[in-house]
Amino acid sequence: MRVVVTAQQPRLDSLVDARFGRAACFVVVDTDTMEHRVVENNLIAPGGAGIGAGKTVIDTGAKVLLTGNCGPNAFRTLRAGGVEIYTGLTGTVRQAVEQYKVGRLTPAVDPSVQTHAGTGPQS
Amino acid sequence: MTIAVASGKGGTGKTTVATSLAAFLARRGRRAQYVDCDVEEPNGHIFLKPDITDSRPVTVPVPQVGTGKCDGCGRCGQFCRFNAIVAINRTVITFDQLCHSCGGCVRVCPHGAIRERPVEIGRIESGTADGLQFTQGRLNIGSVRTPSLIRTLRHGLDPALVAVLDAPPGTSCPVVACVRDVDYVLLVTEPTPFGLHDLKLAAAMVQQLRRPPAVIVNRSGLGDQRTHAWCREHSIEILAEIPDDRRIAEAYSRDRILIDAVPEYEALFARIAERLSV
Repeated sequence: MRVVVTAQQPRLDSLVDARFGRAACFVVVDTDTMEHRVVENNLIAPGGAGIGAGKTVIDTGAKVLLTGNCGPNAFRTLRAGGVEIYTGLTGTVRQAVEQYKVGRLTPAVDPSVQTHAGTGPQS
Repeated sequence: MTIAVASGKGGTGKTTVATSLAAFLARRGRRAQYVDCDVEEPNGHIFLKPDITDSRPVTVPVPQVGTGKCDGCGRCGQFCRFNAIVAINRTVITFDQLCHSCGGCVRVCPHGAIRERPVEIGRIESGTADGLQFTQGRLNIGSVRTPSLIRTLRHGLDPALVAVLDAPPGTSCPVVACVRDVDYVLLVTEPTPFGLHDLKLAAAMVQQLRRPPAVIVNRSGLGDQRTHAWCREHSIEILAEIPDDRRIAEAYSRDRILIDAVPEYEALFARIAERLSV
């Protein structure tokens, strides 16, 4: 099955990007084979970044998103596209996928942050 | 005539200057109005204590999609650069908070499926205070349509009256909406390094709008002389200097306007009025 993970760099061993709308990029991973490809995020969106990113994820055909945080606009977009959202993931993209495969993650029922949470300085 | 009282830095004395200037003009028999454009936190009313006689809502149009006509083609979403409308799996969803009310989605929809509905963003309240016309905008909590409210506020002003606009702080869109196309911009600053830093930003913004700014130095005597030197170098006139006088702070904390609390400063506003020929 296909999942999308927000990543700081375009590879499987990159750290998960805690931001969704302003994520550096997305790694689309096949959970059976661990084959993957990278999808770019529009980093110059003047506004509504989470919605644009949500549409990008939906367009990959994946039904699962693994990320750090997800704001309300992105949440609504992803849910409209039938994407299950998992927040709070840390570590590498590979580790995030493995955690998901173990089956102990619970899908988010609410946004984890307010709008524009990913636009400030990153800690 | 329209005079905007602005600043880069917040808390430099915009409201102190604007309330006293407007009140001074009204007392001199000029038909004047004070307009609080700091719609996210209007506070001029605290000092002028107007009798508010009119309050009306301000709305902006946002798209509403008729599900019967929409086939989910997504043209609307491709057009909208703010992602306020987007087609997901051939279903269109909208985000009112992101909409800038350009109406583009309505025009590009090939099926005539989108119409606009009004959403309230705030109110415009008006009345009088001792012969001075008083108007203020008040943005609804949670709304981000500050410039829209300021534009509506300015659009409704009586051009026969001298208007003193109390601007929001900073240099971003709300301030631009307030100072665009006014006759004069008075930039209130403190003669400190921080005040000068933000004065430079504000002056650059005002000059880009082709409005020559003039400066009012508040709390003069504080800080250093760099603000004066910078204004000289850039041929920006310092119209007035309000001394760093404890009585002014005390008056402000007791919600009194400057020229009432310390009448000797009336002369200072007389000079400003004379220099602006109002």
